[in-house]
Amino acid sequence: MLDLQCIKSFVLKNFLFTDDANALSDSTSLIGEGIIDSTGILELVSYLEESFGIKVTDEEMTPANFDSIQNIAAFIGRKRPD
Amino acid sequence: MNTIDARVLDIDLEAEANRIAARLREITSRDLKRRGLVVAISGGIDSSVSVSLAVRALGAERVFALILPEHDSSDDSAVRANILARHLGVQVETFNIGPTLEAIGCYRWRDEAVRTAVPGYGPGWKFKIVISGGVQGRINRFHIVAQAPDGKITEQSLDLKPYLQIVAATNFKQRIRKTMEYFHADRLNYGVVGTPNRLEYDQGFFVKNGDGSADVKPIAHLYKTQVYGMARHLGLPERVCAAVPTTDTYSLAQGQDEFYFALPWPQMDLALWALNHGRSAAELAPAIGVDVPTAEAIYADIRAKRATTRYMHLRPVLAGEVPELHF
Repeated sequence: MLDLQCIKSFVLKNFLFTDDANALSDSTSLIGEGIIDSTGILELVSYLEESFGIKVTDEEMTPANFDSIQNIAAFIGRKRPD
Repeated sequence: MNTIDARVLDIDLEAEANRIAARLREITSRDLKRRGLVVAISGGIDSSVSVSLAVRALGAERVFALILPEHDSSDDSAVRANILARHLGVQVETFNIGPTLEAIGCYRWRDEAVRTAVPGYGPGWKFKIVISGGVQGRINRFHIVAQAPDGKITEQSLDLKPYLQIVAATNFKQRIRKTMEYFHADRLNYGVVGTPNRLEYDQGFFVKNGDGSADVKPIAHLYKTQVYGMARHLGLPERVCAAVPTTDTYSLAQGQDEFYFALPWPQMDLALWALNHGRSAAELAPAIGVDVPTAEAIYADIRAKRATTRYMHLRPVLAGEVPELHF
């Protein structure tokens, strides 16, 4: 849950310039809604790698892993099972 | 439904050349109110066809060609451009923008970013950037391929920050070229021709305020296959007609499909045509020799690039209306 809040806070501040949590639902399609483009995904990946101490492989660079706050949090959960 | 193959791109080249020439006359005269056209020629197929159509429209005496090499340009590019200029009989000027790029920091900013990914990088090295992922249905990621002076080649993933800095630095090349084009256009009271083909225009494969800047883009609606057909139809020199598309931007030879497009251009043309004509991935797949999931991934890649590069096509966006200036 803490992961999800951190990720959501980053997306809100970095891409929407707001801290209003209501501006984005956890299930909103970030790509489909035009909130993040492919360059934005790379920026998000850099943030995740630095903040969560993980390494995202090329094979994991799928739209499904990064398409919503929920999906990103689930992906981080799988990468950090502890 | 008819099969998709290269024939779907067949057009009446003579009629199209005449139509574009008529439009160029009209645009230059009525829209731009200029007396001629400036075209920077690289020796590649797109600028060669564009300058030839400009000559068909206005005559060689009203077309000014520029050859603008820099340190990483292939020598063969300038040779081909000179052959073309002689063939067309246009006035041509060559200006090496390398010293300007050095002065503005292009190579320094670029090399600093390359060294963060390739620590030993320095004089005598060559490199290029390649993309991977899109055809596999993944999000595109960038890799840097570097060749040491001893010929050893290494490839590794490139983080976003150095990638953006390398692209920003190399974009100086297209922007300095455009500055030269507009200098001559202003001096002569001419307009500037942009030379993207449809693949480049649709997929945002240009530098905003660099090669993306122009007063008129005569072949932006033509698929690359049609541009090659037009070059042959116009009787351009064989060395120009046979030119292989490269970015001519990085020191290591680089095909456009390595850097940007998901597929080599003949297949990209068919994929873009099929998407534009509402054909399914199942119809496209056999035409380009891939399975259906790959064809679906290619459609997704085309759509993603359109979305990512939308801002490149945007005029400056106003925060309020100025209705008197709606053209």
